[in-house]
Amino acid sequence: MKENSVPSIVTLTFCWAAMFVSVGALAQSTGSFASADEIMERSQRAYHFAGEDAKGRLTMELIDRKGNTRQRVLTMLRRNQESTGQQKYFMYFHEPGDVRRMTFMIWKYPERDDDRWIYVPAVDLIRRIAAEDKYSSFVGSDFSYEDVSGRDTSEDAHSVLGEEMLEDRDAFVVESIPRRAAAFTRRVSWIDKEIFLPLKEEYYDAQDQLQRIFTANVIEDIAAGDGGDRRSYPTIMKRTMENVRTGHRTEVTVVSVSYDLGLQDDDFSERRMRRPPRAWIR
Amino acid sequence: MRPVAPFLVLSTVLLSTPSLSQDDDNGWGVEFQSFVLGTYAVRTAGEPPPGPEGDKFLLAEERLRLDLTLWTEAIEAEARLMLDGLHDAVSGKFDLDLREAYLDYSTGDLDFRLGRQIATWGVGDLLFINDIFPKDWVSFFAGRPLEYLKLGVDSARMRYSSAALNAELMVITSFRPDTLPTPGRFFLHDDFADVVDRSRILPDTGVGNPEVALRLYRRIAGFDASAYAYRGYWRSPAQQADDPNMPTQITQFFPALSVYGISAQGQAMGGVLSLEGGYYDSREDKAGDDPAIANSEARFLIGYQRQLSKDFTFGIQYYAEVMMDFGAYEQALTDNVVSKKKIHDIVSLRLTRFFRHQTWTLSLFTFYSPAEQDYLLQPQVAYRVSDNFSTTLGANLFGGEMRTTFFGQFDRNDNLYLTLRYDF
Repeated sequence: MKENSVPSIVTLTFCWAAMFVSVGALAQSTGSFASADEIMERSQRAYHFAGEDAKGRLTMELIDRKGNTRQRVLTMLRRNQESTGQQKYFMYFHEPGDVRRMTFMIWKYPERDDDRWIYVPAVDLIRRIAAEDKYSSFVGSDFSYEDVSGRDTSEDAHSVLGEEMLEDRDAFVVESIPRRAAAFTRRVSWIDKEIFLPLKEEYYDAQDQLQRIFTANVIEDIAAGDGGDRRSYPTIMKRTMENVRTGHRTEVTVVSVSYDLGLQDDDFSERRMRRPPRAWIR
Repeated sequence: MRPVAPFLVLSTVLLSTPSLSQDDDNGWGVEFQSFVLGTYAVRTAGEPPPGPEGDKFLLAEERLRLDLTLWTEAIEAEARLMLDGLHDAVSGKFDLDLREAYLDYSTGDLDFRLGRQIATWGVGDLLFINDIFPKDWVSFFAGRPLEYLKLGVDSARMRYSSAALNAELMVITSFRPDTLPTPGRFFLHDDFADVVDRSRILPDTGVGNPEVALRLYRRIAGFDASAYAYRGYWRSPAQQADDPNMPTQITQFFPALSVYGISAQGQAMGGVLSLEGGYYDSREDKAGDDPAIANSEARFLIGYQRQLSKDFTFGIQYYAEVMMDFGAYEQALTDNVVSKKKIHDIVSLRLTRFFRHQTWTLSLFTFYSPAEQDYLLQPQVAYRVSDNFSTTLGANLFGGEMRTTFFGQFDRNDNLYLTLRYDF
C-alpha cells in the first residue's frame, strides 16, 4: 500500500518532528497516543495542508455500476496562509472538451463560509457560486466540494474508538459526529499513526446506514526543496470514493504533484482564473 | 431544406482527426479542439411567417467549430482562433462565423488581448446593464447553446491587476449591433410594418473613433465590486421615418449612448447576492422628446441565488428600466406608434436540478414582466450521453397580454428545440 524508500522515512520523520516543534501547540512525538481532536487536526494538516503550497494534475474517473467511465482531468493549486488558517484553491479543467479552460477558485476560511467563483471561458464570465453547495457533488463525482478541500475539524465531535492494523499500517480509528446538519451523520476514519493521512473513511447516513467509503489506495513520499532544505510530504497518489448504495465510484489519480513552489497570494485572483500562466497548466 | 451532405462529409473527415495538444521543449505549443453542433428549433404555435425565410423550423443548422491555440512560454503569449463553419438548413446556405480570433500577451501586471473577442460584464443572470457588448437574441430565442448569446467585438483590451485596484479597458474599433429577430423568420411587432423601403446606417466607428468601455474593480467588504463606464452607441437600432404620419421610408440607425454603472456580488444569507445599477445617457435625445430615439434610462437589478438542497439551486432577480423623460417622450409620440411604459420591469426565476452524477440536468428559466404583462419560459432537459456527446431538449414559450410588448410580440414563435453536440 505504501511505497516508501528507507531514506525518505528518515527524512519524513525528521520533517514531521521539526514541523510540529515549530507549530508548538501541537508538539508531540509521532506514534504516541494523542487525543481524538489532535489526531484529526494532524490528519487535516497532513491531507489538506501539506507544504506551504502545492500543485497537482489529477485525473478523476467516474465509474458507474455497469463500468461505464467518464473522465475529468484537472490541475489543482493550493496555498496555505499559515497565520490565519486560510487556504486558497485554484482548479483548471483540461478534460472533457466542453469544459476545457474552465476554472474554479475557492477561498477557504476556518470559521465561515468559503468564497467560490467559477470562470466560464466560452462567454468570458466570472460568477460567484453559493457556498451552501459544499455538499454538492464536485463535477459529478462521488466527492463533494467539501471532500475536495477538506472539512473543518471543529465542525465535528471526535472520539477515538481504538487502534487497528489496516493492511500493514497501524491506524487510529476515530469516530466523528457533526455538530450541525451535514452530508453525513457519522464518519469513521482510519488515520495512519505515523503519517496521519486517512487510510479509509466510512460515511453513514441519517439511518446510520453505510453510504460512502473512502480509500487511500496509494501513498507516496513527495520530495520538495533542495540540499539541506530538502523535505518530503506523504501524499495520497490514488484515492477512491465509493457510493455503496448506487455502486458508483470515483477514482482520483495524482498524475504529478509538487510542493513549496512559492505561489503568491495574488496567484489566486480573477486575473489567473481568466488567464492562468502556461507553466501552471501544461 | 437542402441536404446537409457536404457538411457531414467535412465533419467526418475532421472527426477522424483526434484532438491534439503538443508541447515541445522550447516552450512552443499547439492545441486543436473541435465540436459539431446541431440545433433544430421547430415551431409549435401554428403557421410560419410568409416569405422565403418563413419555415416550420425557426432554426435548423449544423455547425463545426475549429478551435486552434498556439502559444509560447518564452513570453507569456498565445494566439487563438475560434471559427464556426455552418450550414443553415432553413435558407440552404453555408457560412462562416468568426467567433473569436485574438492575440494574448501578458507582462508584469498587464494583460493584453487584441482581436475579435467575447466579453461579459456585470452580475445579472441574462439581464444586462453594464454589459454593453453585442448579443445575439435570435440564438437565445431559438435554442442555440448559451455561449451563442454573446457576440465577439473587434477590440483591444488591456487589463491591469493589483491588490489595490484592477482595471480593464476595451477599445472597440468596429461597431457591432445586437442580432435581433427579423420579420422574415419571426413574427414580431413593428410600428412601421407596412414600409418596405428600409435602410440601415451603422455608426462610423474606427481606430480614430472607437467605442470605449472601462471597468474598475476590487473587493470591498467581501464583495466583488465594479464600476463601469462606456461611451458608444445603442446596440438596437432607432427607426426614423421620412414622414412620421405617412411613412414611406424607414432609416435604422444607432444613436449615441454613454453608460455609467456599478455592481457588487458576494455571499449573503447562505447564498449569493447580486446588485447592479446603471445610468443610460442617450446622448442624441437629451431632452427625451425624439420619439425615434430611446430616452435616457436608469436601470437596476437585485438578484439572489442559493442552493435549496443537494444539486438543486434557484435564482431570482428583479430588474427595472426607468425612462428619464417620460413626459417629453409621451408628448412627442405620433398616433401610429405604440407607447412604451415609463417603467419596464422583469422578474426572473431560475431553477436547476442535477441528477445521476450531473449527467442529467433539468432546468427552468423564466422572465416575467409585471409592467408589460408578458413572459418567456425556457424549460430544458440536458443529458450528457458521454464525455464527448451531449444533447438538450428545450422550449421557448412566449406570451403576454399584448402583441406589442417585448416578449408578447413573439407569442407566435413558440418553439421546441433539440441540440446535439459532439466534442473531439
